[in-house]
Amino acid sequence: MLHTINKSPFDKGSLDSCLRTAKAGSAILFIEDGVYAATNGTAVAEKLKQAMGNVTVYALEPDLKARGVADKVMDGIKLVDYAGFVDLVAEHDKVQAWL
Amino acid sequence: MSEEMMEEGGTVKKFLYVNRKAPYGTIYALESLEVVLIGAAFEQDVSLIFMDDGVYQITKGQDTAGIEMKNFSPTYRALEMYDVEKLYVEKESMEARGLSADDFLVDVEVLDSTQIADLMEDQDVVLSF
Repeated sequence: MLHTINKSPFDKGSLDSCLRTAKAGSAILFIEDGVYAATNGTAVAEKLKQAMGNVTVYALEPDLKARGVADKVMDGIKLVDYAGFVDLVAEHDKVQAWL
Repeated sequence: MSEEMMEEGGTVKKFLYVNRKAPYGTIYALESLEVVLIGAAFEQDVSLIFMDDGVYQITKGQDTAGIEMKNFSPTYRALEMYDVEKLYVEKESMEARGLSADDFLVDVEVLDSTQIADLMEDQDVVLSF
């Protein structure tokens, strides 16, 4: 399953709920304000780093660039563009959008 | 309009704008900026606080070409021309997001939450976005 998260981890519980319920082998894609979770040194960075042993994490690069944080992305997170976003949706049997 | 407001120079009040939302996911940040400029046009005593995700409004290097939205971050640098120079960032919010004062595109004063509380208490009007 592909999980998308479009809310800031500091504003909503979307990241927490997703990490709690995402099964090993699934993928998480950060989009819109969700991309702040992908940045270094935040209060949620350690939690995400631990999850990255079980799930593959992606972030939408245009959203990172818009927010001025493209140079702060944590190691191990894969960047995708809009075409990559479409590919991820096509590759997975389901998408769960955490709003 | 009251007599008081009609007088030469008018009444100057202390206006505080509390910015707590990230810039592009919702319209709050842009709307706040519009209202700040209105307050400044009326020559009020304006202060801005950036706290919670609001600290992301003033990160350096925003490039919105890829999401086809207007990059309004340069406007924060223009606030100085409207005599809006009191910009504050809450330290706790900044640190929880892995940011430092060097990450911001404008000069800000970093205050801890106790100092922020005092600043809020010191105002005539508080507008929260």
